[in-house]
Amino acid sequence: MADYQGRRLRVLLAKLGMDTHTVGITIIGHALREAGMEVIFTGLKQTPEMVVAAAVQEDVDVIGISTLSAGHTRSLPKLARLLREAGAEDKLLLAGGVIPEEDKPILLEAGVGKIFTMGTDTRDIVRFLEQWWAEKQAAETV
Amino acid sequence: MGIAADLLDGKTAAGARAISWLDDGDPRGAEVIKRIFAGTGRAHVIGITGPPGAGKSTLTNMIVGELRARDKRVGVVAIDPSSPFTGGAILGDRVRMARHTLDPGVFIRSIGTRGAAGGLSRSTHDACLVLDAMGFDMVIVETVGVGQDEIDVVNLAHTTVIVGVPGLGDEVQAVKAGILEAGEIFVVNKADRDGYEAARRQFELMLHLREQSRPAETWTPPLLRAVASAREGGVEIVDAICAHRAHLDATGGFERRSGLREREQALALLRERLARRAIAHAGDSILAEVEARRLDPYSAVERLTGQES
Repeated sequence: MADYQGRRLRVLLAKLGMDTHTVGITIIGHALREAGMEVIFTGLKQTPEMVVAAAVQEDVDVIGISTLSAGHTRSLPKLARLLREAGAEDKLLLAGGVIPEEDKPILLEAGVGKIFTMGTDTRDIVRFLEQWWAEKQAAETV
Repeated sequence: MGIAADLLDGKTAAGARAISWLDDGDPRGAEVIKRIFAGTGRAHVIGITGPPGAGKSTLTNMIVGELRARDKRVGVVAIDPSSPFTGGAILGDRVRMARHTLDPGVFIRSIGTRGAAGGLSRSTHDACLVLDAMGFDMVIVETVGVGQDEIDVVNLAHTTVIVGVPGLGDEVQAVKAGILEAGEIFVVNKADRDGYEAARRQFELMLHLREQSRPAETWTPPLLRAVASAREGGVEIVDAICAHRAHLDATGGFERRSGLREREQALALLRERLARRAIAHAGDSILAEVEARRLDPYSAVERLTGQES
């Protein structure tokens, strides 16, 4: 049975704009739950403002944005900027889905911490998050 | 401590962080409660409970909208089950409340049960105190989907709304269900569906029996209909919540319930701490004896508490 003591990684998963493809984000949500994380779904058609408000209220450690239609080169940098303005830049921002190679530098430059493109094994996402989390906790206890 | 002062100022991020500490059992959470407690006791805590699939989140969304129309600031604590195997959770109640996300008069927090039975998490009581201290007039606690007796919310809330839906089962189920014995307001949601009349009759029967068995009860629970997905019934539900609040105020029930709730919380914390202390003293080896079936649980507790006969 699970041990419920102590901190638990909290991850907000959202989709921005009119993109309504939910299969990927649902699979990732379940994979993170299986890894013992708390996953907060916010629903479809979110604006960057809504994602930031929800992330602050939920005090999540990680924000994962799934994007399967164009628009992410505008919406994700805006989300990163709003997070900084809200004093929430310590939250890790991830992007996943259909993201062309040429868009990646723009997103990483704007503040996206990591990009997972189509076909990524969910176990790789879990491993990445567990490692990031371990490093962050180690840094906090120093 | 900055966080306590900030949340008393109504700062969202501070309140959110305090709730995390309390949820994680971080000692800083207890320090926050010590500092804010004197500033709590004003918020009207409303429980929303019912079986899985009754539409509790959609109903909560509608009630929040109606309370906002009446200029009330509303905090929401929405609880979903944690996996008993991995401890992880999918917390999806916000999805139905997305239209309130950008309203500064609404704060929504999703919480996993993290092993607690009874329909709440161990941190729910403290999360309500934090939202109370942040100045929210009403705090809505939406429980996990409950079965026959997971009704801890009744001890936490000043007013509990029990939500049912058509097609839940026969009269025996309704009579067995402890959730129908509790609660101050009853709602049959999804009232546009087949079976509404039958569901309503079951509720009426239960309420009738309840009234007969409690002649001293001065509050008569209303039975309301709602179609939350079409935003039907919200005005009547909020009217009933306000009527119950007026009833509590007139009878001294508000303070009485608030006080009993803190007493219960103190006892819960005491049980937890005493158990931890008992186990810290050689508890693991005694529990290992129980696990190996060499020692029965009663004798184990006598040894753990030093009350060996």
